[in-house]
Order: sequence, then structure tokens, then C-alpha cells
Amino acid sequence: MGLPDFSIALPEIFLACAALALLMVGAFRGNSSAKLISWLSVVVLAIVALLLAYGPPDTKVSFNGLFRDDAFGIFMKTLCLGASALAIIMSIDYNRREKIARFEFPILILIATLGMMIMISANDLMTLYLGLELMSLSLYVTAAFRRDSVRSTEAGLKYFVLGALSSGLLLYGVSLIYGFSGTTNFDGLASIFTGEEARAEIGLLIGLVFLIAGLAFKVSAVPFHMWTPDVYEGVPTPVTAFFATAPKVAAIALFLRVFVGPFGELVGQWQQIIVFISIASMILGAFAAIYQKNFKRLMAYSAIGHIGYALIGLAAGTEEGARGILIYMTIYVIMNIGTFAVILSMRQRDGMVEDISELSGLSKSQPWMAFFLLIFMFSLAGIPPLAGFFGKFYIFVAAVNAGLIPLAVIGVVTSVIGAYYYLRIVKIMYFDDASEGFEPQSRTLSIIMAVSGIFVAFFVVFPAPLLDSAKAAAAVLFS
Amino acid sequence: MLDWPILSTVTVLPLVGVLLILLTSGKEESAAGNARWVALWTTLFTFLVSLFIWLNFNNETAAFQFTEKAEWLGGGINYHMGIDGISMLFIILTTFLMPICILASWTAITVRVREYMIAFLIMETLMLGVFSALDMVLFYLFFEAGLIPMFLIIGIWGGARRVYASFKFFLYTLIGSVLMLVAMITMYFIAGTTDIPTLIAFNFDPDLQLWLWLAFFASFAVKVPMWPVHTWLPDAHVQAPTAGSVILAGVLLKMGGYGFLRFSIPMFPHGSDYFAPLVFALSVVAIIYTSLVALMQKDMKKLIAYSSVAHMGFITIGIFTFTTQGLEGGILQMISHGIVSGALFLCVGVIYDRMHTREISRYGGLVHRMPRYAVIFMIFTMATIGLPGTSGFVGEFLILVGAYQVSSTVAFFATIGVILGAAYSLWLYRRVVFGKLVKDDLKNITDVNRREIIIFTPLILVAFWIGIYPAAFLDVMHASVANLLDSHQTAMQATQTILNAAK
Repeated sequence: MGLPDFSIALPEIFLACAALALLMVGAFRGNSSAKLISWLSVVVLAIVALLLAYGPPDTKVSFNGLFRDDAFGIFMKTLCLGASALAIIMSIDYNRREKIARFEFPILILIATLGMMIMISANDLMTLYLGLELMSLSLYVTAAFRRDSVRSTEAGLKYFVLGALSSGLLLYGVSLIYGFSGTTNFDGLASIFTGEEARAEIGLLIGLVFLIAGLAFKVSAVPFHMWTPDVYEGVPTPVTAFFATAPKVAAIALFLRVFVGPFGELVGQWQQIIVFISIASMILGAFAAIYQKNFKRLMAYSAIGHIGYALIGLAAGTEEGARGILIYMTIYVIMNIGTFAVILSMRQRDGMVEDISELSGLSKSQPWMAFFLLIFMFSLAGIPPLAGFFGKFYIFVAAVNAGLIPLAVIGVVTSVIGAYYYLRIVKIMYFDDASEGFEPQSRTLSIIMAVSGIFVAFFVVFPAPLLDSAKAAAAVLFS
Repeated sequence: MLDWPILSTVTVLPLVGVLLILLTSGKEESAAGNARWVALWTTLFTFLVSLFIWLNFNNETAAFQFTEKAEWLGGGINYHMGIDGISMLFIILTTFLMPICILASWTAITVRVREYMIAFLIMETLMLGVFSALDMVLFYLFFEAGLIPMFLIIGIWGGARRVYASFKFFLYTLIGSVLMLVAMITMYFIAGTTDIPTLIAFNFDPDLQLWLWLAFFASFAVKVPMWPVHTWLPDAHVQAPTAGSVILAGVLLKMGGYGFLRFSIPMFPHGSDYFAPLVFALSVVAIIYTSLVALMQKDMKKLIAYSSVAHMGFITIGIFTFTTQGLEGGILQMISHGIVSGALFLCVGVIYDRMHTREISRYGGLVHRMPRYAVIFMIFTMATIGLPGTSGFVGEFLILVGAYQVSSTVAFFATIGVILGAAYSLWLYRRVVFGKLVKDDLKNITDVNRREIIIFTPLILVAFWIGIYPAAFLDVMHASVANLLDSHQTAMQATQTILNAAK
């Protein structure tokens, strides 16, 4: 057997080399080059995206079955790349103003993105762990990036300790699965569990539960969500924007990969676990956010709730469910990027503010910013005709078609409860009297905000591109 | 038939006005003026274009007319528009009321005029979309999206307790609607399409129909609103600005009734039949209870709001009698109520703009200073009571005729409601308009001005037109209502066979 087919990992290899090269540039030129390296990182991510887009679209497996490249991977990777690039762009101005502009930051994000891409392409539990750890270790460092701030270092430490624990759980689950099945390869596992009679032994099932626990931690699903509010609140805001988007996409992609691929036939055995996690996340996300005063903390609970909705699609265990997740995550990422572009603009003369009460009267002082945040809030609440509605719609379609009508009903009811706190933000902006107001928004942030806002508002008119590509990507998973 | 997509044109026209308003710039003052004129011309033009729909409407057929279809979400979900005799009049009602709303807000709204006009124009697009959508998802889209502008209209330009009212309005309506969404998805799963004409022809399993009917009922009952989920309405009405109340009473409530006619009855004939007694019971309670509550109100708007609940109770009775008279009366009463209750809210708005209070006890003897106003108010009070010759009479009469055919008990209680309706309306009128003019601050009140006369004239004309020559309106709906009843009969027989076979 000769060399493996490197070409299918070309985007990853390029990203790894580019990250190292940029690290060298940074090492020689110091922190003054932070801005340059940030933009170069964005360029690198764009090139990686192009490599993905123009690579061979057909499904291929290489590296002795460790690594898989397919349309599903391309879809999720593109999403991660976009989210990472936007997180870097949003961080440039913020880091400079907060005097934490260091060249390592974009490089860490690049490496985390590399980890995500490996996760998404995983075709073996070992690759899965490798990618997950590469991503997580970079995330731990970015979380504690503002090293002089107690809040940030505390958040970083908390994230690290809990994250390490969850990685441990995951690894334990992996070893149990290996012990009871004799293989870590997805295709190998899939061939064990085929046919109508497929049942997992109890030991393997325990392994599966540990695996779910580890992954649920990464997507911050209840009951493994405890770190989320503290970390979201504590870390610098661009890092929060990053945490809220790309890693979630990657972890959800991994969920799909693992549970649709090797364990797809066992859906009857893991379905109820996912259903429970999903319901618990939706309920907690809806109720716990009601009393939040800090916008970033509120977004943390909102993220928990949204992951609950996405997991409905997984619980369905069907191609429609996978398609729903892909649509949902894309729209979720765009809504979040837009919202964080607004949060990053909440800057008053003496620094950043994060309290939602500071938004009061925003519709008078900065009407466009208020208007876009209104669009994002209604979209997060899932009110048509905004994009967020379609995300939920396809998830619920999948749930109903899989016979999970009670789950769909709980989903819609919690979305009404959740609507309350999104409405509250609209109320503060539009119904309350003006407060101090914010400094003018930087141009990059307003462009990001406007572009994502226009996407969210006009998705209803041109839904076909996203719907079609999500359909194609989901179909690959089930072929 | 027209060879251009008139429904989409009418639906999108208000958005053109929104664009124009966004393009107007200038100082606060002039921008506000521009926004008012743009909104007025846009809504007037929309009304004129919508009249083409009526002129080209074919009364002879029950089929959907002016249909348009385009690829949208795929998988059986398309952009499908079209109207029949049931929805046509609602479109005209909407476009007719909009210019009046804009005029009514001319001087009453002084802050953030541009945003206000934009919200109203968007609202108009969404309302027109609801009545012309022939795809469930499209319908739901318009139906739900209307919450956003209305939430803002109540919340930004409303009264003192506007925040509470706007949240209550939004969340109440939303919780009903999302259950309907689950039902819609279930139907999509079973029938494989969300196309309304296809679903009307589709026979759902009788047992499933009951669940689906309940889910749709949750949404429409809140929207109508029916007792006991009516409590959002008085709050929303009292806090909303005058034009907001007009839209709310005139059009938004009708979406509930329209929903029953478009979804519940044709798609779930068994469910509708099975639950008709429930609807009657709730409607009768609504009529009697809210009429009594209305008697005791101190706030004029609240009184009219409760009277709306009572009137909507008549409409739901009419719809669920499954008789020609009941259904046609229900539809006509919805149109009439849209005009009359809208006009009553405008009447309250006239004196509210002058005195900034809606408390009944603060008024009295207005006839001495405002004779023309007294006449206008009198006309609409009579119309709401249902005096022969006014629009309220025809609808109420037809509904009662329909109700007698089904159940004389229901008709008996509904008739009591008519009496109570006369009581609270006349008592309100007496307390506000008649009596001695003793309050000092009323001594300088001015009579209706030219703008207000322009507002009321078309409303008065239409109220009499429906009252004196209702055939113009009834002719439009005959074919569609007959078709609805026919298919209901056939479906009921089919269901009976299935149920008997199951025994």
C-alpha cells in the first residue's frame, strides 16, 4: 500500500501550513503586525473556502479510512470558515481598542478552524478526537485571551477544566465503543450495526452515552451547558461571537456524522437520549434567559435553546432532519454574527457596555442599528417572514415526519416563551426613552450587520440556494 | 379576468410606498409631512387598483380566481395566490380602511411619523397577503408576520400601559398560531403539499380531523377573539392608537373568521361538525358575558372592544351553522363590523384627540357643541345595534335566521345579545352626547373638521349601502358559499360512511 491520497485533505493541509507561516511572520514582526496577520488570516480562510468549493465534490475516503471528504463536509466546513473569518474581522477593531491586539489571536482561530475541519471530515473515532482536541485547546487559549482580566481568565479556566472533563468522558466512551465492537472506524461500526436486528450491547450503549455527553458539552446542550453563560459573559466579545458560531456548527456536524453514520441503525436506542437533551435545552434556554440583564449572557441561554431546536432534527434521525439541521445552523450562524456585530458596537465613551438596558431608545439614536437588531431578535424568536422561521419550520417538519409530534409541540411552545425575552430587547430599543447612546459604529461592523440583516430579511424571497445545497449535503450523509 | 398578476401587485404596492418613504429625507418636520402624503397616496392607489379585482371578479364561479403560482420553497410548497367569493371582500375592506387609517393619524401622530407610516404600509401588505394566499405556509407567513408591525404600533405609539398590552397581544396570538403551525406541518406530512385548494379536496382521517381542528381553533379563536381567550383584545384596543384600533377591529379580527372559512370548515368537515356545539357555547357566553361587561365599562374604547367580542360571537355562530344564511350573514357581518367598529373607534378618536381622555364620565352634552359629530356617532351607534337600513342589520338578521334553523336555544341567547347590545350602545351614546353640557373643559370643544368629515363620509356611505342594498355584496359570495356547503355535505356523508364502517 502506497501513500494515502493527500489531495482530499488539501484544504486542511493548506490551512495548517498557512497558520504556521503566519505564526512565523508574527514571531518575527511582533504584535504590531496583529492587524496584518488578522487580514492575512481572513485571506487564508477565503483561499481554503475556494479550495473546498473547487475541489472534487464526490465522496472520498483516505488515510486508511480515517478521513472522509463529501458534500456534507464541504457545506459544514464552508459555514465554519465563514464564521471564523467574520469572527476575526470583528475582533480586529475591538482588540486594538481594548489593547489586547496580539498576533496569536487570529492564528489560534485558524488552528481551531483546522480542528473543526478535521472533526467534520472524521471517519473514525480517533480522527474525531484529534480534531475535537485541536479545536478545544485553541478555544481554551482564546477564552483566556485577555489575560489581565480576572473575568476572562476565570472563564478560560472554567472552560478548560470542564472541557477537559468532557473530553475525558468522550475518550472513555470511545474506548468502550472500541472495546465492545473491536473497531473505531465509522464504516466498520456501520457494518456491525446493520439490518433490522441491529442492537447495541449494554457496554457499547454506555460508551455511546459517554460519547453523547462529550459532544453535548461542546454544543452546550443541557445538562452539559453550565459553562456556557459564564464563558460567554467572561471572554472578550469577539471570542463570544466565535464560540457561539463556528465550534457549534462543527460539533453539530460531528453529532450528525457519528449518529447518522455508524450508529444510524441504532436510532431507536439513542433517540430518547437526544430527545431528552433537546427538550431540556429548549426549556432551559427559554426560561433561564428571561431574567438576564447581560446581553452576552442572554445570548448564551439563547444559544442553548437554539441547540435544543437543532437537536430535534438529530432526534428525527432522518434525511429531512439532517437537512433541517443544516438549514437551521446556517441561519443560526448568520443571525448570531449579526447580533454580535451589534453587541460589539455597544461602545460608549468610557468603554464597552453589555447590559441590555443600555440599548434603551436605540431606535432614536441609531435607527438602523436598532432596526437590524429588531430583525435579528424577531428572527431568533422564529417569527416569519424572517429566516429564523424557516430554520425552525424545517426542523419541525422533520420532527413531525419522524412521528415526534410531542417534541414539535414542546418546541413551538418553548419558542413562544423564548419570544418573550427577544421581544424585551425590542421593547427596550423601541418603547423606552433614550439613554446615553453609543459611539458611531465602525464601518466593518456595520457592513457585517447589514449584510447578515439583509440575508435574514430577504431569505424568504430567495430561499432556493440554501435549501437546495442543504438537501444535497444531507443526502450524502444517508447514501 | 386580467392578464397581469393583480393580487401580487396589490399586495406589493404598499411596500413601494415604504421604499418611497425611506427615500424621502429632510428635516424632521418635512420628512413627516412627506411620509404622510406618500402613505396616503400609496394606500389610495392600492385601493383603486384593488377595485379592479372587484370589477373583474366573476360572481358565477366558486373556483379561485386571479390565481398566480410560482416555485418557492420546493417540495409542494409554492407561492400560490388567488381569491374566491369569500376572500375578495376582505381584500377590498382592507384597502378601503387603510387610507382612512392614514388620514385618522394625520395629526394624532406627531412622533416618529415615518416609522409609523412604514409600519402601517407593511401591515397592509401582510393583511392583503393573508387573504390572497392559497398556500398554507404562505398564509402562515403573512398571518404571523403581521404581529411584528402591530406589536410596534401598539408599543411605540400606544397609551400609558402600551408595553403590557403589546406583549400580551404578541404572546397570546403567537401561542395560538404555533399550534396551528404544528397542525399545518402534520397536514403537509400526510398530504405532501401545502396547497390550499388541494388540501380542501383532500379527505383527512376523521379522528385526526378533530386534533387538527383543535389546533387551528387555538389560533383562530385567539384571533377572533372568542371567550375565554379574548382578554388581550380590550388591552390592545385601549392602548393602541386610534388607527391601530381600526385595523385591529376592522381587519385583524376578521382573519380569525376567515381562517374558519378557509381552513376549518372545508378541510375538517367532521371536526367542524363535531365541535360546532363548542363554538356555539363559547359564542353564546361571549355574546352575553361581554355585553354585560361592556355595560359596566368606564373607558369608551374598552366598551367598544368588548362589544367587538360580542359581535364576533355572532359571526362565529353564523359560520358554524353550516347554512347559507348563516355563512353569508357571517361574512357580511364581518365586513359590516369592520366598517362600523372601525368607525366607532374613529368616533372615539375624534374626541380623544381634543380632550385626551376616553373616560365616559368626562363627557356629556356634546350635542350642544358638536352637532355634526353627534349625527355621525348616532349613525354608527345605530349600525352597531343593527337598526334596519344599516349594515349591522343585514348580517345579524341572516345569522339569526341561520341559527334558528340549527338550534333555537342558540338563536334565543344570541337575540338576548342583540338587546344587550342596544343597551350598552345607546347608554354610551346618551352619556357622551346627550345631557347638559356642564363640564367646563368641554365648553370650547370644536366640531368635526373637514379632514374628519372626509374620513367619515365613505364609512357612512358604505354602512348604508350594505344596509339598503346588500345584494351587491352577497352576490359575490353566493357561488363560493354554496360550493363550501355542498362539499361540506358530501364530506360529511363520506365521513359517516367511514365511521359506520369502523363500528
